[in-house]
Amino acid sequence: MIPTAFRYRRAGSVAEALALLREGGPGAKLLAGGHSLIPMMKQRLAEPELLIDIGGLLELCGVHAVGDAIEVGATTTHADLAASALLRERAPILAEAAAEIGDAQVRNRGTIGGSLAHADPGADLPAVLIALDAAISITGADGSRTVPAADFFRDILTVDLEDGEILTDVSFRPVRSAAYAKLPQRASRFALAGVAVALEMEDGVCRAARVAVTGAASHAQRLPAVESALVGARLPEGAAAACEGAGDALDFVNADLHGSEEYRRAMVAVMARRAVESAAARG
Amino acid sequence: MSETVPITVRVNGRERTAAVAPRLLLVHFLRESLNLTGTHVGCDTSQCGACTVLLDGRSVKSCTVFAVQADGEEVQTIEGLAAGDDLHPLQDGFWEEHGLQCGYCTPGMIMSALNLLRENPSPDDARIREGISGNICRCTGYQHIVNAIRNAAERMAPA
Repeated sequence: MIPTAFRYRRAGSVAEALALLREGGPGAKLLAGGHSLIPMMKQRLAEPELLIDIGGLLELCGVHAVGDAIEVGATTTHADLAASALLRERAPILAEAAAEIGDAQVRNRGTIGGSLAHADPGADLPAVLIALDAAISITGADGSRTVPAADFFRDILTVDLEDGEILTDVSFRPVRSAAYAKLPQRASRFALAGVAVALEMEDGVCRAARVAVTGAASHAQRLPAVESALVGARLPEGAAAACEGAGDALDFVNADLHGSEEYRRAMVAVMARRAVESAAARG
Repeated sequence: MSETVPITVRVNGRERTAAVAPRLLLVHFLRESLNLTGTHVGCDTSQCGACTVLLDGRSVKSCTVFAVQADGEEVQTIEGLAAGDDLHPLQDGFWEEHGLQCGYCTPGMIMSALNLLRENPSPDDARIREGISGNICRCTGYQHIVNAIRNAAERMAPA
């Protein structure tokens, strides 16, 4: 399959990429790992006139401790997230979720920024970053802004990112008591239902919880009903009761040949319980 | 729209220079421009892994990479594995353990196995299966492929 012809420029810096985006207008697209964009271009679902390659920009790459926070550059690959000793120690949920994306080849090319900006309904990382209460940094011609991950995802393949803007990095306070559980579609490994949970625990009792779901709905989102049910619960004993209605809290649930609406609602509750149990086991 | 971009890619240790259309996929650059037809096109939709090569030492599906993205990088294909008549231990392993039937998936399987053994030189069978989960074989049922990779890992282990 051959994509429509396009022009290609490799940006040497974020500033140059912004200038190229301005020049290219709505026909310009950013390219990093290309693992969402290139398959779409081959099917001619996307036909950009200009591709601006930011894949090689070192300023956008890597996992760093910055004060109390961890900052992850947009072009960091899933393989690098999975292998990050810093994440494994301080925020294992992100390394573990990245290690379960697709397959080795996909993880070697696909990037965190691409996954977030593309916002496939079955992508894993959006739920994880919502649970971690991450801030997503975006830069554009008029300067930079940050958006809480929970507000970034709007609808299917739709995020708070304008033409001419670049998602540069994500930043969050690391949480050890956090875990992600998913039911993967067997071939693609995208989530049919995936739930990410971050807990604040004290003497076996949950003091605060952030819970986010992906795969089941049009876009990743918080599950406030489950969050409230978890606060004050003794965990892991109370996990099943708190997560029972997790799937019913969603207004809209996807249905396709891989899973009916009823099945996905049921699986959201199961994945929520598993994620809570794993997160609580981390104390 | 017919612009070409000059690229220089080190393929199997040899520097190759070409002017390519930006939409040329790496797999077509390898097969059609360089005549390295050991890398196969299977599904052409990023799923089957027949086109797997190493880009900068990491396995990638070359049907999902533009050749221009490989500019300045190192690519290794199945043709770069053997040293003359001396087969690579993975090639020996596939030979010894009957790790192939039709052979179509084999170059991609071997390149994925190479990526796996670079990260984990002595994987157990579950790790081997996870490591080749991006490669589809329609003949073998995978058992002999797993055996072949285990065999190669043992050959490659330091004595």
